[in-house]
Amino acid sequence: MTTQDSVVESARSGAAPVLAARDLTKHFKVHRKVRGTTISGGVVHAAEDINLELHAGKVTALVGESGSGKTTVARMLARLTPPTSGKIVLNGEPVGRGHVLDYRHRVQLVFQDPFASLNPVHDVRYHLSRALRVHHKARGREALDAAVADLLAKVKLEPASQFVRKLPHELSGGQRQRVAIARALAAEPSVLLADEPVSMLDVSIRIGVLNLLGELRDAAGMALLYVTHDIASARYFADTVTVMYAGRVVESGPSLAVTDQPSHPYTQLLLSAAPDPDRPAPSVISAGAIPSLINPPSGCRFHPRCPYAMPICSTQTPPDFGVGADHTAACWLRQVGQGSPAGSPMPADRPS
Amino acid sequence: MTASLDQPGWPVLEVSGLCVDYGHGAGATHAVIGADLVLHRGEVIGLAGESGSGKSTLAYGMTRLLRPPGRITAGRVLFHADPDRPNSPVDLLDLDIDQLRRLRWREISIVFQSAMAALNPVITVQAQLIDTLAAHRPEMTRDARHERALKLLGLVGISADRLRSYPHELSGGMRQRVMIAMALALEPQIVIMDEPTTALDVVTQREILQKVIELRDRLGFSVLFITHDLSLLLELADTIAVMYAGRIVESAAAAELLTSPRHPYSLGLLRSFPSLHGPRRALTGIPGSPPDLQDLPKGCAFHPRCGYAMPRCSRDVPQLAAPPGSPARLVACWLQDGRTDRPDELSRPESTAGGGLSAAVPAAGDSEVAI
Repeated sequence: MTTQDSVVESARSGAAPVLAARDLTKHFKVHRKVRGTTISGGVVHAAEDINLELHAGKVTALVGESGSGKTTVARMLARLTPPTSGKIVLNGEPVGRGHVLDYRHRVQLVFQDPFASLNPVHDVRYHLSRALRVHHKARGREALDAAVADLLAKVKLEPASQFVRKLPHELSGGQRQRVAIARALAAEPSVLLADEPVSMLDVSIRIGVLNLLGELRDAAGMALLYVTHDIASARYFADTVTVMYAGRVVESGPSLAVTDQPSHPYTQLLLSAAPDPDRPAPSVISAGAIPSLINPPSGCRFHPRCPYAMPICSTQTPPDFGVGADHTAACWLRQVGQGSPAGSPMPADRPS
Repeated sequence: MTASLDQPGWPVLEVSGLCVDYGHGAGATHAVIGADLVLHRGEVIGLAGESGSGKSTLAYGMTRLLRPPGRITAGRVLFHADPDRPNSPVDLLDLDIDQLRRLRWREISIVFQSAMAALNPVITVQAQLIDTLAAHRPEMTRDARHERALKLLGLVGISADRLRSYPHELSGGMRQRVMIAMALALEPQIVIMDEPTTALDVVTQREILQKVIELRDRLGFSVLFITHDLSLLLELADTIAVMYAGRIVESAAAAELLTSPRHPYSLGLLRSFPSLHGPRRALTGIPGSPPDLQDLPKGCAFHPRCGYAMPRCSRDVPQLAAPPGSPARLVACWLQDGRTDRPDELSRPESTAGGGLSAAVPAAGDSEVAI
């Protein structure tokens, strides 16, 4: 990292990130057609000023409800969606508009739905060997066969001979997702972006796929982005957790710190709503829903639902306030002098 | 409220030996095999299972909503229509279409997973509610129907100005509330909820579940709640039945299932949900994947994935029976036949703090306020 914008981050974590988002913003234009004439209908503020860092050998979870912008961020990082503003920094170098294939050699995305992301008319070998050829990892029939078997072994689909000729419909959901992961691994990427990789799978096999991703991170030293709506699995699997609400990052930090001492009222709401058989007392949560992103609320986007909202919350967007080691929350309550995690004006919603 | 497990209410629905096939003859898929289930008045029963385990088929079979090629091959579904006359149940499987029509919605209603597919997109919420009332309560006046529609929306927490909205103008959570209002329109005794919150965000899901429990406490209906999310049921349900490959493999009070599972599959499911508290523990999930119903393993269908499998498990199918020392629950596992040494994790004492799970589990009778 050589640029000046790295000062804050390197002070935070010491090591340089493999992939970083700097003030990444995405606005989608919406158009309406009235009697054949297109009328500009405004802008969906899907993601606003997102700062995110992925470090080698670490899992970063991006947690949020549907409409929070988490998938938009993942798609921008995969360069499937061009950002409106802001930049992506890969290995310290800003990523330009070109070299998409070069970028994909190093950054790969695994989609949510393994039923849709594999081509139904092609077998496993085709899916994997094509990725190997595109990324120049193997040439020639024998080398390709060996590389395909190697990939299948990495995702624990063994013996490979049993799987190479299978079509997607002959595989279970978990096996399909493993093939999709193997396809991403074919590029030997340094960053793997996983967009809800287990939400379409049966509950009994989700942990298995997460554990597999964890092993791959450890073995290959990949940086992993885990996009999810399930904060409990983020706590289990991720090293750091970033919580998004209505297109903005509201809280970010080490996963146990974020889930055990949530510092943003939205994180507290999310945790109190998550199914939790161990919860000792009934939880009461505030009503409301994610706001319209065409006309997002002024100031903090959570303020209309926030039980602790103050006048400043509706006028000024809160910056990230430090609340602990590497732990920040974008909440005016966390401004120095306003309160601290220890002497918080927020009642502790959850036991620590 | 009669939901407390110490004093169960009247059974309102008794399913015994229900078998459902898809298709005929040798090629038939046995989707539900010998299911037994008792739903008491005011109780919330959770039916948990993975996709393909037969949980929805069981619910549709017992309410006679199955479409061909699904067909019921055996069993009884006794519905106790009148609480004052417990000895005069009707078998839903014997009813003809007119008798069923009188029972449906009025006594048994359903909330489907996809509200957008279940609601008519081209008529307003108000029109759909009033349609239901007009079809089943022809004696009501127009004004009375309108008033009732308003009251129903109020019941589920939707303001009156939404009456004229079309389904697409409502959020997913609001649509699901409309579905619940419609299900309750004729004050049924049983509401079947088939994954009603699966498509919703956790915060919305929590609001809706709180609403369901609040309404259950107020109106006293019984709920059969189908979901793949066992952690949700542990908070919501009074009793949980776990299904695997078409069979109910364990049924127990929610708190008992949480602290002291008896079936290896239940234990595996409990170990598939990361906790929100305490130190992070490595979870294992369950190896392998759910079986193909057309090619079920011999014996216990779970044995290829089971860490405790014995030679007997691949030969004989275990029957649902009370495990040693727990008369109030049922489990289908050879480990629990009373003659086999059980591993510690499958023989934990009931209703006490055990193992890695929390000590702060509410007692069974409290489970209705635990959400």
